[in-house]
Parts: sequence; structure tokens; C-alpha cells
Amino acid sequence: MTPTVLTVAHAASVTASGPGFVAPGPKDFVYPPLFDTAGLQWLNKPILMFIISMVLVFVFYYLGARKRALVPGRFQFAVESVYDFVRNGIAKDVIGPEYARFVPFLATLFGAVLINNIFGIFPLVQFPTFARVGFPFVLAFFSWVTFLYVGIKRAGFVGYFKGVAFPPGIPFVVYFILAPVEILQVLFIRPFTLGLRLAANMFAGHLLLVLFTLGGAYMLTNDDSLLLTLLSPISFLAAILLTSFEALIEVLQAYIFVLLTALYIAEALQEEH
Amino acid sequence: MITAAAAVTTTQTLKLGGPLVFALAAIGPGIGIGLIFAAYINGVARQPEANGILRPLAFLGFALTEVLALIGLVFAFL
Repeated sequence: MTPTVLTVAHAASVTASGPGFVAPGPKDFVYPPLFDTAGLQWLNKPILMFIISMVLVFVFYYLGARKRALVPGRFQFAVESVYDFVRNGIAKDVIGPEYARFVPFLATLFGAVLINNIFGIFPLVQFPTFARVGFPFVLAFFSWVTFLYVGIKRAGFVGYFKGVAFPPGIPFVVYFILAPVEILQVLFIRPFTLGLRLAANMFAGHLLLVLFTLGGAYMLTNDDSLLLTLLSPISFLAAILLTSFEALIEVLQAYIFVLLTALYIAEALQEEH
Repeated sequence: MITAAAAVTTTQTLKLGGPLVFALAAIGPGIGIGLIFAAYINGVARQPEANGILRPLAFLGFALTEVLALIGLVFAFL
């Protein structure tokens, strides 16, 4: 694989002696285009990984649902487990009687977020594509449009926003504070935090992993101090432990994204009174 | 004779702004996450059958609280 800007810059800092350690920062999340042809300037590593993840999600669910054997084989069982987790654990409990419409959307969201997050610790890729903020905000946009559409279809445009701003059973004076907050939350804060939560979690996790790995490599190969070289396994051990912690966080963030989308849809479905 | 200019000690600027922003932003969510999981542990300790109901709530509360600290982390890099 051709060396990226990241590895070239850090290789220079790793082989240099003396205090040449360049701490990783946001510039390490920028990837150059993969090929030098004129029309393919947009294709860099995160976009290629996202395309691969879309294909993987589709192939996963399609192959799992194709045979429909009554006694499932191993792969069909795995696909059914994931689908049942989203359907029973998230959709049926949270949304209520009308959950069936939304399960394909939620299952696809869960698969997409999970696979893209696992890319963050997968051996050759090691970059969570949702660390680039554009990707999570697109998914959050779809969730936002979905729950707005459901709410407006349920109660009409004015009726939905009236139900959001003036929920029943609250003393009148509180409405002056509550109504702007609720409108702001539905229109702006929910999609924004939904995307930013995923992006910031992946950004922070990847940054930590890169810091400990490159720091360990710097400590191992520096020419100045033997003590640093002897202490470098600590940095590598921290990188290994953080990788397993990062795996937990990635699965958890996928679950949280889908759970919050289901919660917002459930709340939009209840606006009929 | 010490001139006024010479009396001013020069200090090296230490780039504290970004990490300081994150450090301040992490106080509240730290306490909040501690409270959430304290409530979860208390609930499961008193009634272990409630584990299935309380666990999704605990993780939901954790994610909602942690996002505030992570927004601070993002602003630390801007």
C-alpha cells in the first residue's frame, strides 16, 4: 500500500533522534486521494472504506435472508441474531405497536454504524470512517428527516409543532421557557448531537490509539535515552488495552445511535394528541 | 539600573487553551456519569431482576451525558 501522508510524516519523526515527536492531531485525519487520475480526486481512503462498508451491509443482510430455511444454518443464524437484536431489543420495546415499518431502516443504520466503527480497529484499515464528521451527519440527517416526516404525517405540520412546543399537562407559565427549548431541540439540537456524538467518540478513540502507538514507536526507536526505550512497552500495552476499550465503545455507539433514532421516532409517533 | 523593559520577565507561551477547555468541560459529565451508574448499581443491587430494564437506560444516559464532554473535546481542537 502506498505510504500515506500520515505514515511518511510520522516515520520521519520516529526515525529522528531527539525531541522530534510530533503529537497526532486533527491533521492526521485528512487523507490524500488514492489515485492520481483527474476525475477521481474525491476518492480517498475513508470514502473507499465507506463504499466497502455499504456493500458489506447489503451483502450481509441479503445473503442471510435469501435461503429462509426454517432451521437456520450458521450464517443465517448470525444474520437473524443481529436483525432480532435491532427488532426486539430496540424497535419493539421503544417504538411500540407500529415498530415493523421502521425495522429495515434501523437495522441498516445499525449495520452501517457497526461495520464502519469496527474499521477503526480492524488490522489493515485502522481508521473509523465516522471520525470524519461528514459521514455521521449524513446518517443523523436521515434519522432527523425520518422522525420529522413521521411526526408531520401523524399530526399535520402545525399540529406536530404545537404538540412539540406545548406538551399537555404542564403549568402554563413553564411554556414560555419550554416551547423555544423544545422547538430548538427538535429542529437543531437532536440531529446535531446525534451526528456529533458518533463523530466525536470515533475521533477521540482514534486519536488516543494513534497517540499511544506512535508514542510507543517513538520511545522504542529514539537514540537519546535508554530509559525511554525500556519504558516503551507501557505505551504499547496502553495501545492494546485501548483497542479493546475502543471495540466496546464502537459497538456501544452503534447501539446508542439506533436507540436514539428509535426514541425520536417513538416520540414523534405519540404526537397525535 | 533596571529598566522597566528589562524588569518584565519573558514567559514562554504554553498552549494551554485547548486542553483547558476540555478539562473544564469534562467536570460535569464526569460527575453525571458517576451518578448515572451509581443509580444503576443501586437499582440492580436492590432488585436484580430489574437488570434488563435498567441496563439500556444506563447506557442511554451514559451516551447522552458523555456527548457533552466530547463536544468540549472537539472545541479543544478547533
